[in-house]
Amino acid sequence: MNINITLIGQMITFALLVWFTMKFVWPPIMRAMAERQKAIADGLAQAERGKHNLELAQKKAADVMRSAREDAAGVMADAGKRANALIEEAKNQAHLEGERLVTAAGAEIELETSRAREHLRRAVADLAVAGAGKVLEKEIDAKAHAKLLDDLIKKL
Amino acid sequence: MIAAMVPGAGNPSEYIVHHLTNLAVGQGFWTFHLDTLFFSVVLGLTFFFLFRRVAVRATAGVPGGLQNFVEIMVEFADRQVKDTFHGKSELIAPLALTIFCWVFLWNLMDLVPVDLLPLVSSWFGVPYLRVVPSTDLNATFGLSLTVLLLIVFYSLKVKGPVGYAKEFLTHPFGPYLFPANLLLNIVEMIAKPLSLSLRLFGNLYAGEMIFILIALLPWWIQPALSLPWAIFHILVITLQAFIFMMLTIVYLSMAHEESH
Repeated sequence: MNINITLIGQMITFALLVWFTMKFVWPPIMRAMAERQKAIADGLAQAERGKHNLELAQKKAADVMRSAREDAAGVMADAGKRANALIEEAKNQAHLEGERLVTAAGAEIELETSRAREHLRRAVADLAVAGAGKVLEKEIDAKAHAKLLDDLIKKL
Repeated sequence: MIAAMVPGAGNPSEYIVHHLTNLAVGQGFWTFHLDTLFFSVVLGLTFFFLFRRVAVRATAGVPGGLQNFVEIMVEFADRQVKDTFHGKSELIAPLALTIFCWVFLWNLMDLVPVDLLPLVSSWFGVPYLRVVPSTDLNATFGLSLTVLLLIVFYSLKVKGPVGYAKEFLTHPFGPYLFPANLLLNIVEMIAKPLSLSLRLFGNLYAGEMIFILIALLPWWIQPALSLPWAIFHILVITLQAFIFMMLTIVYLSMAHEESH
């Protein structure tokens, strides 16, 4: 085997080849690979974030639903209370009105009764006078005995 | 026998010698092995332009088939470097990639039938042709000496001339045995490029020699021998390229480390 100038040629070729590779091959390929790696990492991170957001949104939706349900229950309870109160008030009013009506009716009955009693008294007095006249078989002067009659009426 | 069609084929030893002779011009040290230079440059450019093509079009989106392949190679080299080499260097990973791909392509030439390219070139008046650059010591030493220069360069850069000299004199036995240290370190330094290049050269030279010997046998027995050998050789050529790359990374990472 003989070592000769070919060795130097090979060394130069090798050095140039390494230099070219370092300058023109390595950086673009590494850059592309790094970019792709970054893109994949970003995509994964984004997916993770999306999942997280979805979870948050779901939790929020559940919260909203629950609070809405609570609100609705509150409104229902209020409405029931209000309705009860209204019914109670109406009942009270009706009761009062009824009492008033009864009182009024009572007063009217009282009035009618006293009026009827007056009427009856008068009729009885007349009847008594007529009866007394018949009994005495003579005309009694109503005017002469008016005072007597009035006393009588009052006593009835 | 195919050998009969090939120039230089008289008797077996002539055939073998013919196959082991480089196409050379010049005298003595100033001899150029044109075939080694030609094939290593062509293979180097093949590697470079293939990867450059992908690098230019490299997209961060979904990669195509060729880009996938190139990215696998790049990532493979990058991972090997990151696993072994803990410093920060722009050079080492591309260097490792270049070594692996280039040496692999050199070795791959060993799987081309031994007589094919010499026969074709003989039609154009080329008398000798060795197609596997890694069976030429000039090629393997070209790689390993460049690696040695890088080892020295990085040792000086990281440790400084004084630190490097100190390591040479005091490691591993301490300052009082500095002659032994010096001797040991010089031997170690020489052993690195020597083992790198001779390992690659030896494996591929032997492999090529076996192919040549198989080619001397009667044609009907050749496939039964050359096929298993070629299949086994796929492993060898990949492994040798990988070993060369790995050891280069290891040596350079050792050069970067402060004294042990």
